[in-house]
Amino acid sequence: MSEEITVAEVAADRPHALGEDFLQVENLKVHFPTEDGLVKSVDGLSFELQRGRTLGIVGESGSGKSVTSQAIMGLHRGSRAQVSGQILLDGEDLLQVSDERLRKLRGNDIAMVFQDPLSSLHPYYTIGNQIVEAYKVHHDVKSSVARKRTIEMLDRVGIPNPQRRIDQYPHEFSGGMRQRAMIAMALVNDPKLLIADEPTTALDVTVQAQILDLILDLQREFGSAIIIITHDLGVVAEMADDILVMYAGKSVERGPVNDVFYTPQMPYTWGLLSSMPRIDRVREERLNPIRGNPPSLINPPSGCAFNPRCDFRHEVDDPQRCVDEVPLFDPEQLHPVRCHIDHARRKEIFESTIKPRL
Amino acid sequence: MFAYTIRRLLAAFVLLILMSMVTFLLFNASAQDPARLACGKNCTVEQIASVRHKLGYDKPITTQYALLIKGLVAGRDFPDDAATKKNAPQTITHCGAPCFGYSNFQTSLVSTLIKERLPVSIWVAFFAFVLWMVFGIVSGVIAALFRGRWPDKILVGLALVGYSFPTFFIGLVLYTYIALQWQLVPTPEYISPLSDPVGFLRGAILPAVTLAMIYIAGYVRLTRAYVLEAMGEDYLRTARAKGLNERTIVIKHTLRAALTPITTIAGLDLGALLAGTPITETVFNFNGVGKLTVQSATNGDLPTLTAIVLISATFIIVANIVVDVLYAYIDPRVRYA
Repeated sequence: MSEEITVAEVAADRPHALGEDFLQVENLKVHFPTEDGLVKSVDGLSFELQRGRTLGIVGESGSGKSVTSQAIMGLHRGSRAQVSGQILLDGEDLLQVSDERLRKLRGNDIAMVFQDPLSSLHPYYTIGNQIVEAYKVHHDVKSSVARKRTIEMLDRVGIPNPQRRIDQYPHEFSGGMRQRAMIAMALVNDPKLLIADEPTTALDVTVQAQILDLILDLQREFGSAIIIITHDLGVVAEMADDILVMYAGKSVERGPVNDVFYTPQMPYTWGLLSSMPRIDRVREERLNPIRGNPPSLINPPSGCAFNPRCDFRHEVDDPQRCVDEVPLFDPEQLHPVRCHIDHARRKEIFESTIKPRL
Repeated sequence: MFAYTIRRLLAAFVLLILMSMVTFLLFNASAQDPARLACGKNCTVEQIASVRHKLGYDKPITTQYALLIKGLVAGRDFPDDAATKKNAPQTITHCGAPCFGYSNFQTSLVSTLIKERLPVSIWVAFFAFVLWMVFGIVSGVIAALFRGRWPDKILVGLALVGYSFPTFFIGLVLYTYIALQWQLVPTPEYISPLSDPVGFLRGAILPAVTLAMIYIAGYVRLTRAYVLEAMGEDYLRTARAKGLNERTIVIKHTLRAALTPITTIAGLDLGALLAGTPITETVFNFNGVGKLTVQSATNGDLPTLTAIVLISATFIIVANIVVDVLYAYIDPRVRYA
């Protein structure tokens, strides 16, 4: 695997503009009332992000990744979702601002790349029309200026022949080109925060790499903060500075990309890393899935939500704590982990049992 | 696009020929003797024979069909025989193209009848169409935007009530109360909109409202369903994420997607309505094609019925083509398929 080189390379030439937190999410909760009960999609999530840095949020389906990103965009407004906590963007609480203010921030300061570019683009309008619209809503310019800007953006994201492509409809674009157009639309206003929700899921691997490179290039150029949401650990390894692992609506592990990848601490993260298929192993050992199913978000398991699937409960001095008590997550640490197993013991287990299998 | 239109037109032409054949066969398959029907109850054998000869029913069936088509394209004469033309040209009735035949009941050429009656039906249908499109779609959009709240419940409830009443009942209630009892509008009558547009609107409002009621009910529910469907689409989330204001999101993004399928249904409904509405025209005593249909059916006026069937079929086929071609303009994805 060329992963180490890639991570090192990417980490080396990225501006680590560590400074003030640009985005600060504090105790975010997004709950959906349903007939069956309250679905706690996101339940007390906190993280922060600085300009020029990339945060990768990983987790399986239903762990609350996409719901989090939509909460930042304010897309839950007007729905039945109950959102609480704080989302501070440059000091401004996105959960408290007026609808009009939020509308002005959307697309201009915060932009989003959605996962399925075909269904996320309007089938009845040309690509150009949709990008021009995104630009004009935040800039009081003539159509010809917006059009020029759009052509420039299409060119920037590597769409050949943009003068002609601008007047085509989404169905006339290939999957990779559509995603590029989607990125061009998201970046047309030079957003300070870009949220990419599984931007490469629908694409084949070669196109995936190009799209990811493109996002990184644009970040270098504009110094934007990026949140990349994915269940593909390879994507995170390539893109992110920090990783946040989510499980059942809560963060379970967070840290710099190298720490989380090379010394993961939480049994769920071990499971995630082990479940990556390895082409260089014999067939029987290639795939090690995490046993069990994702937890119910209406009645999550008590204590640590991962406890029913955890193979390491016996490592806790009193295994009953896993069922009774939610493990603490100390955001002040560089690499916080939500687990009852003793810190030193976790390192030992990883070195002795997990690492050889990865 | 051009080739597509041409293909559709050719297909429609073939369909029309087939349609005329079927109608003609049905005409002849009836157990009744068309000449006897045309002549009336108290005809002698000689009179029937003379009518049969005059209308051409004494010729072989294939010749009769050929004459029908010839009449439609080039016109024909009744009776169509050289001897009479030579000896008594004054007894010949010439029927110019498009000739649908001669109605002995109305003692008139069918085409003359149709020319008189068709505008009545078409204008009333258009009036109703405008009413139901405007009110149906606006109510449907409002219902969708207020889903689950009281405007939605009231509109959908009203639509259901409107849908449940039969046309003749709605027509009679409107006629009795609005026109006769409260005299809010003048007694319904047809005035040509070309000579007096305001008079037409006042005279035709009740039949148009009656017709529209049934359709409004359906269109409220359709529009509501399509708008709700569009509101769940990913591209609306994209539109919102761009920071567009709600008005642009609703009008430009939601309605554009939601109203496209409605075009199809609306075109076909209008096409079906153009060839007359028997119940409404009878209730309001409008001399349109619908009322003519009822009269012809009661009298067994076969040439008139044939003509009406052919014209209705043509309207529906044409409406289909118009809708298909229009759709290709509205939905870019269809254009290249």
